[in-house]
Amino acid sequence: MTEVLDAPSSEGEQPAVAGLPALLRDTDQWTDDMVSAAGIPMYDMPIVTVGGGIGSFVTVDYLRVAGNLPTSDIQVISNLTHPWQTYEHLATVSQIKGEDRIRSDSASRPDNIWGFPSYALSEAVRTRSLGPLLHVLVEPMFADFYTPKLRVVMDSIRAEAQRIRYWDMLQRGDVEFVRRRFGGGYFVLYTDRWAEEPVQRVVRCRDVHLAVGYTGLKFLPELQRFRMAMKDYHRVVNAYENHEHVYHSLARRPGTVVVRGGGIVASRVLERLIRDRQQNNLDTRIVHVLRTYVDGPDRKYKMAKRPGSNGFAYQGFNYPKSVWGGQLKAEMRRLDRDGRGQLYADIGGTTTAWRREWQRQLRIARNEGWYRVICGSVAGVEPEGDGVATRLQISDGELHVHADYIIDCTGLNADVTEHQVLNDILVHGGARMNDSGRIDVDSSFAVNGAESGMGRMYVTGAASLGGPFPGVDTFLGLQIAAQEVVDDIARRGFCRRLGPASSFAGWCRWLRGRQI
Amino acid sequence: MVPTLYGRIQTRVFLLALIGSIVTLAITPFLPVDGPLGDRYQATFVVLASVAVLGIGWELIYHLLMQLRWEKDWPTLFGLLTLVPEGVLVGALAVAGTLPYLPGSVPAWAFALHFTTVWVAVWVFANGPMRAPFIRWRFRGGRLV
Repeated sequence: MTEVLDAPSSEGEQPAVAGLPALLRDTDQWTDDMVSAAGIPMYDMPIVTVGGGIGSFVTVDYLRVAGNLPTSDIQVISNLTHPWQTYEHLATVSQIKGEDRIRSDSASRPDNIWGFPSYALSEAVRTRSLGPLLHVLVEPMFADFYTPKLRVVMDSIRAEAQRIRYWDMLQRGDVEFVRRRFGGGYFVLYTDRWAEEPVQRVVRCRDVHLAVGYTGLKFLPELQRFRMAMKDYHRVVNAYENHEHVYHSLARRPGTVVVRGGGIVASRVLERLIRDRQQNNLDTRIVHVLRTYVDGPDRKYKMAKRPGSNGFAYQGFNYPKSVWGGQLKAEMRRLDRDGRGQLYADIGGTTTAWRREWQRQLRIARNEGWYRVICGSVAGVEPEGDGVATRLQISDGELHVHADYIIDCTGLNADVTEHQVLNDILVHGGARMNDSGRIDVDSSFAVNGAESGMGRMYVTGAASLGGPFPGVDTFLGLQIAAQEVVDDIARRGFCRRLGPASSFAGWCRWLRGRQI
Repeated sequence: MVPTLYGRIQTRVFLLALIGSIVTLAITPFLPVDGPLGDRYQATFVVLASVAVLGIGWELIYHLLMQLRWEKDWPTLFGLLTLVPEGVLVGALAVAGTLPYLPGSVPAWAFALHFTTVWVAVWVFANGPMRAPFIRWRFRGGRLV
């Protein structure tokens, strides 16, 4: 149940499509002869996963451990060197350092398909302390939710990747197209830029899995306009890009920062600003701009309301916990399209975690008067002296705020039409968008309309939000999706379906760290 | 595991039948109670079955209480502390000898020892080891079928 997963690590890396014959570019279904005639080297692989981040890793882990498939049956095509690369980058720039704890549940282990032992139990064994176990025992009533440290999570993924021989399956490349094959299956066309001469290659596969994450960073339109017009990427920054210069500058001289957003990333940024101010006796002033000011329960579902106060809506993780296996998961799966849309609306909205330390920090900040919350929207940003003038649209007019920096915590861009491969499957692959504007998938995460003979196309992660399962862009959500995908492949007879005995045997091998 | 109503009931019945039976088989000879071993086993298994059957009613109550929680979850501590109301009810019936098929009234200490041991064993198993053989269980709200 973790906040965000893959987004491109750098901007402007859209793969080039030059050199692809028009016949291939414009044809929905390719034949073997068309690919051969184009002179593009081609090879076969039963299953290809595109992305190479946590989503691909978790799915490959399931295919290897549960599906019992050899490495020779699976290929990961990615421009990442290791699956945690993007996640670690985003976490680090958004103020989660290695020893900080991420917003993820103890049993959400991307490195362990069973979720046992949990991170808390492993930490208790490693540190020879009952503390983590007692923490889990009393959460969330008498303690904040237990959450694992970023470094521990990354190290655990590294160990599992080695155990399943992840790098034997990795092919570096930028995927450009996934097209259906006439006669069944798919072609995945990618450019290998790591070869001596960049070269296009095609993989002919039965099933393809897309876990490509987010398209990029998301900015408020006014902030993006300012950045583009002024070529100023220094004063107005996104919390998911490296913005250490803001904190360094504030350490040298007093300044005002506008923080936009009320989610977990905004909480992290506020934590850093307040901690720096308190520890280094700084004079930082914070203007926190929220589009919606939450001052009490903001949503109702069945007999319960979601708590909120001081502008924030509070929730342990980015969805109510029962979407990952409990009542909400079961209910969402049963609902039709209209009902599902309503339930998404009922439980949606931006939330952050209620943490004792954050509450204490903000209480002090409010009492001392250097932290102010304004409910409104950004109407415009202009240069003003050494800083920026922000025009805020508030309920009774406009408000001008001078700031040295604006940190936009709006989040990540999930527009599937802006992603080369996802847009291509919408245009040429038979896929369609759901009511949330993402890729329409069924309960097995197979893309509706994109099936190809005996082959299936699966999409998991952020691009599959809005379907029968809500918590997709999280560690546990990716594991749930991977389980559905691999069970579907097993139902179709192409891999093993894990039963209790084989599951226990696999778990024993994991516990011993035995490579498979 | 965040339970659904069916998941709660299935998990309770399954774990009491599996873990509860193993623990009951193991500790019954050592409980502080007089009588032939056969009668003692009869008594402990009647208590075990009663926890399962009455528990279905308890699960309905827990499910209702869970609706008051925004997350619709059931924290780990709740799973442990519910030992108290359930133990008091079954214990009262066992000590009074009113449970059906009970060979006689059960001494309070023997009941407390048996019930607590079974409960804690089931609770520990449900909070971890259960996931090793039953990999889909936690994602299905505790349902096994």
